Amino acid sequence: MKVLVTVKRVVDYNVKVRPNGDGSDVEIANAKMSMNPFDEIPVEEAVRMKEAGMATEAVAISLGEAACQDVVRTALAMGMDRGVLVETDARLEPLTVAKLLAAIVKREQFDLVILGKQAIDDDSNQTGQMLAALLGWPQGTFASHVVVDDDRVQVTRETDTGSQTLSFKLPGVVTSDLRLNEPRYVKLPNIMKAKKKPLEKITPVELDVDISTHLEIIAVAEPTQRSGGIKVSDAKELVEKLRNEARVI
Amino acid sequence: MTVLVIAEHNNSELNAATLAAITAATQLNDAVNLLIAGSACLSVAEAAARVQGVSRVLLADAPPYEHQLAENVAPLVVRQAEGHTHLLMPATTNGKNLMPRVAALLGVAQISDIIAIKSTDCFQRPIYAGNVIATVQSKDSLKVVTVRATAFEPAIAEGGNAMIDQVEASGDLGLCRWERDVVTESTRPDLTQAEVVVSGGRGLGSAENFQMLEERADKLGAAIGASRAAVDEGFVSNDLQVGQTGKVVAPKLYIAVGISGAIQHLPGMKESKVIVAVNKDEDAPIFQIADYGIVGDLFDILPALSAELDRSVN
Repeated sequence: MKVLVTVKRVVDYNVKVRPNGDGSDVEIANAKMSMNPFDEIPVEEAVRMKEAGMATEAVAISLGEAACQDVVRTALAMGMDRGVLVETDARLEPLTVAKLLAAIVKREQFDLVILGKQAIDDDSNQTGQMLAALLGWPQGTFASHVVVDDDRVQVTRETDTGSQTLSFKLPGVVTSDLRLNEPRYVKLPNIMKAKKKPLEKITPVELDVDISTHLEIIAVAEPTQRSGGIKVSDAKELVEKLRNEARVI
Repeated sequence: MTVLVIAEHNNSELNAATLAAITAATQLNDAVNLLIAGSACLSVAEAAARVQGVSRVLLADAPPYEHQLAENVAPLVVRQAEGHTHLLMPATTNGKNLMPRVAALLGVAQISDIIAIKSTDCFQRPIYAGNVIATVQSKDSLKVVTVRATAFEPAIAEGGNAMIDQVEASGDLGLCRWERDVVTESTRPDLTQAEVVVSGGRGLGSAENFQMLEERADKLGAAIGASRAAVDEGFVSNDLQVGQTGKVVAPKLYIAVGISGAIQHLPGMKESKVIVAVNKDEDAPIFQIADYGIVGDLFDILPALSAELDRSVN
């Protein structure tokens, strides 16, 4: 079983992002960049599949500017076998990413693609489902538990009312929720080793994929801010305020 | 031209999030069709026909749709897309699962989780966990959109009189097999609909202590929520998570107990009308957005709060 995992380079989750001066986009120059936290989970899952002898090869892919190879290297340091970077400076939308991934999947005959359910920058939560659609594959989204048994996968999904378990025959797409696993920390010797692992670079043109955009970002702005209120001294005062001032109980 | 809303339901009842999506649809166009894909779900269609603002109910009632498998429902939505300008669905887990598949099959972008409609092709949506609001314009002739339910008033559920049209169902593609659902049973109000939500975080320390919180919540007729940390620790089940990747709630009163207010939690609750925070760390970020804060040990404050509520009720 060949497994492909996507890793996105995003503003680090500890950085509070703000609009830039003219409100045309967010200000991310000089911001610390990291692997999308949701993508660490699929990497961990694929490496475990490799360690358990279920995956024959585990490949990490990122799409975007040259610096995205940093997050591919991180995935390699976590234990992925090799990396792919689809290199472009263009802004990529989820549908475009899905098209590029579909081209890679067809080229290399992957059996399973695991993606984080969303990226913490645009919060779209689309790419995995779109990839499954383009390939005509089944999808197990928001997975909290994945069991591979020969050529079938059983996926337990987190839903609004609890959980749902599905199964399908490979090939297929899985997107991970937060509780699928706990990603390992990268050890220094593995970072050194990762530098020697192969990382292929390819362009959208070579993959023959149209990357024109469907959406235009007109403006970005800060949301209306809530101002902090008051501190009350005890439960009695709180209940009094909620009843007589806020009138919510 | 008409807007098509895809209903969220459980084959017996229409989910209230659908009512918010219908309101969003009516802001786009006067004519709103509602597609119900399910199995043995006529009662949902009948309820949907009474919702104000719905022009026509399209009912696809067949076993392949029973569990809302995206593999089976997406081709149905694609077939029904013709003649519509927008496809809308609430950004529930079903909506998030289904609509990107629909969009990709149609070769169009999806605009996720909108909170406002500027024009028929221009929408606002939160990005970066709600720290930034983006205004996005779509160049596609058909727009696929998911709607944040708390951002739109629910359509009025009674008084409408729409026609119900049966539409032809597609078969089971056989791509995916449903195994089971595990539904968390609760006698409390639904988290996303409740007027009062009591949420607990890591500060509760254990599942047992969380039960103590639940007892207090019951006194207020409140729903229970949780931070990601509390769910990760196994205090409560995942369906209670409030935040960037969990549920978004906007009750009249949100009481955050032992929740520090991580940037991933705040987007799930900061639209609440009144926010109360109980935390022992006076520098906890939650106090920056709370209307009323109490600094102290929640294990002292909760019983006192409970006693005060008892006293003021009696």
